[in-house]
Amino acid sequence: MQKLIVPKPKRLRKYSLIMLVAFMILGSAWFAGFNIIEVLVNLFKGGRLLGRMFFPPNFAYIPRIIDPMLETIQMALVGTFLGAIVALPTAVLAANNFIKTKWLHVPLRLILNVFRTIPAMVLASLFVAIFGLGAFSGVVALAIFTFGLISKLTFETIEAIDYGQVEALMSLGANKMNILRYAIMPQILPQYTSYTIYGFEVNIRAAAVLGWVGAGGIGQTLEYNLAWRQFDNVGTIIIFSFAIVLVIDLVSAAIRKRLV
Amino acid sequence: MVKFVNVSKTYPNGVEALKNINLEIYEGEFVAIIGLSGAGKSTLLRLINKLIESTGGEVFFDEESVTKAKGKALINIRRQIGMIFQGFNIVKRMSVLSNVLSGRVAYNPTWKTILGLFPEEDKQIAYRALKRVDILEKVHNRASNLSGGQQQRVAIARALAQEPKMMLADEPVASLDPITTVQVMDYLKKINEEDGITTVANLHHVDLAWKYATRVVGVREGKVVYDVMLKDMKKSLFYNDLEKVYGRPIQHDEILGDE
Amino acid sequence: MDNILIKKEKNPLKTTLHTVYYIIVFGLIFWGFSGIEYKGIMQTAASSMRALWQGFVHPDLVYATNSTIDGLPYAILETIAIAISGTFVSAIISIPFALLASQNIVGQKVSKIGKLIVTMIRTFPELILALIFISVVGPGAPAGILALGIHSIGMLAKLFSESIESMDLGVKEALESCGGNYFEVLFRAVLPQVSPELISYTLYRFEINMRAASTLGLVGAGGIGAPLIFAIRSRSWPRAAIIIIVLIITVTIIDQISGRIRKKLV
Repeated sequence: MQKLIVPKPKRLRKYSLIMLVAFMILGSAWFAGFNIIEVLVNLFKGGRLLGRMFFPPNFAYIPRIIDPMLETIQMALVGTFLGAIVALPTAVLAANNFIKTKWLHVPLRLILNVFRTIPAMVLASLFVAIFGLGAFSGVVALAIFTFGLISKLTFETIEAIDYGQVEALMSLGANKMNILRYAIMPQILPQYTSYTIYGFEVNIRAAAVLGWVGAGGIGQTLEYNLAWRQFDNVGTIIIFSFAIVLVIDLVSAAIRKRLV
Repeated sequence: MVKFVNVSKTYPNGVEALKNINLEIYEGEFVAIIGLSGAGKSTLLRLINKLIESTGGEVFFDEESVTKAKGKALINIRRQIGMIFQGFNIVKRMSVLSNVLSGRVAYNPTWKTILGLFPEEDKQIAYRALKRVDILEKVHNRASNLSGGQQQRVAIARALAQEPKMMLADEPVASLDPITTVQVMDYLKKINEEDGITTVANLHHVDLAWKYATRVVGVREGKVVYDVMLKDMKKSLFYNDLEKVYGRPIQHDEILGDE
Repeated sequence: MDNILIKKEKNPLKTTLHTVYYIIVFGLIFWGFSGIEYKGIMQTAASSMRALWQGFVHPDLVYATNSTIDGLPYAILETIAIAISGTFVSAIISIPFALLASQNIVGQKVSKIGKLIVTMIRTFPELILALIFISVVGPGAPAGILALGIHSIGMLAKLFSESIESMDLGVKEALESCGGNYFEVLFRAVLPQVSPELISYTLYRFEINMRAASTLGLVGAGGIGAPLIFAIRSRSWPRAAIIIIVLIITVTIIDQISGRIRKKLV
């Protein structure tokens, strides 16, 4: 049977892209000194350490964790609350379809971006250096981070609303506040609440580790125990916080489903 | 070629899709399966290549039990049966060639097919398959750049690349416009007549069944209620008979062309 | 003309439920506030803030231009390297985990277990993971890569499995009908279908990992974290400031690039 010859188009772009990505990945690994063999060989040490943490964990330690854990939850609650409260008006201002002054949006979004870009830990250690050790610094750090997070999510939601409702109100002569109250708020409130709860989920995890830099909560207990190599206590802390986070996740997921 | 022996299928939710089907399909036939939606047509088709498992009875392909087939045996049966679908089921992000070569997976070791290392011979088979449906010039195009009718032809080519003995078509033209429909049905008929590939097609439009099939099987509420060779039938008689299948006179949307 | 009096039907159950919700929420928040100590903000807070501001106005540019291993550029590059390697490792490993968590691949029961495992991985604090790995491979970037890599599975596997569960199953059916075995169906039907979404999610996770990588350095897992925390703790504000500035710029640029690529994918 006669052989069919079909000319093949140049696939240069696709292959060079893949090569570039591969180069970046391998280059990164090399640059960071990542030696896969060494890793695999040393994996046993890690196993041993995990063993000391979890087999068995020191359950007797639980009473000592309860207070820090509560403090962690409180930190997350307050931080989320404060961040969310300030985020709502900010989001309204930052949305480009409500107040249409450009010189407001750009700097506002820039600030929000900055807050979202600085890792929570860094913020926390900054505030510890300024305000001293304790949950207060953690709360401020969480509030700022949450503020950035919720503002962004919310103003994106505002920009995605059904603008028709706004137009309808404008046409009957409503002023900006009325439009806000009757056209925008009803549309975004469920989402906003959902984001706030999501923020709480994120914050409960963040709060748990912020203590590391001295910002209060279970993180400090963790750091303390690790420094003193009390690994079985560490195991207990991890399991306990895992359980709490799991419960909070389930509850908040259920609530969020019923919202949206 | 295909034999259904007392085949039943009851779905886990209690729906009895097929009840005690006894049916034989012979080599070279072009069988059109017609009936109301939900009558059991899709189930019937998928029992042939075991995409669905029966809950009673046995299906045979070329004297081999499909029902009992597993693993390598099942793959060997499936590679002899090509199938096209209403939704084309083409991988949109891959090239046309890649899609058609997928038809050759059962003929090559797995590691090669995953890496895309098909032998030159398989590529020739793919090219020839594409040529048979007159779409060879699109061979290196991304599948998503093709129209619906073209994608369905690629699907046919994929099935052809299997070098199958049988072709199953599950409402192959339901998503296509009338002109493309005729095109695709013509191709199905062509490969049935020229290559001797036994074809079984679920069709929604009864005039297509009349025009292309050699045999019509009507399914109603899970049972075969009609089974005739079209050779010596008169059209008007045929349409009258169909009341048996549909329980009512044929409606407008079940006829594609002007009647 | 008489006024039309229409009373809105009050559903007593609903109103009580709502009131209860509000009470619970406000109660929680109130309790939250009560637990935080507001020891009089340190006297030195004001002067600290002033010093911090000074640091930002006169950042430590010497450090920023120090191109040796002690300098800022190296640390930032290391952070990026950690993020890239960690994300990539994670993406690959997440695929089998995602398949295990996908109902339409492994069925109801197994996928529930898969989802649980993924959630457990997600909840394990990155910091602890980093510490564990430090004790395994020593301090430095590789520990960070491993920690990020493993922790990211928590998020990536979840997102991947959501993609897989919502994909169109037809292509899978088609490849099965051709006689494809499990792996062939996976690589020639399932993965090509979901790969744009997978890549998009991976890039998104990379953005997050850039931030995470800068934190992990805190505990000694390499990158900009360690120098940053030292600077903050020792109140070397000019140095802390320049690090923060460069960090923000770097992450923002990466976010922009990544965002554009992701838009073109979907």
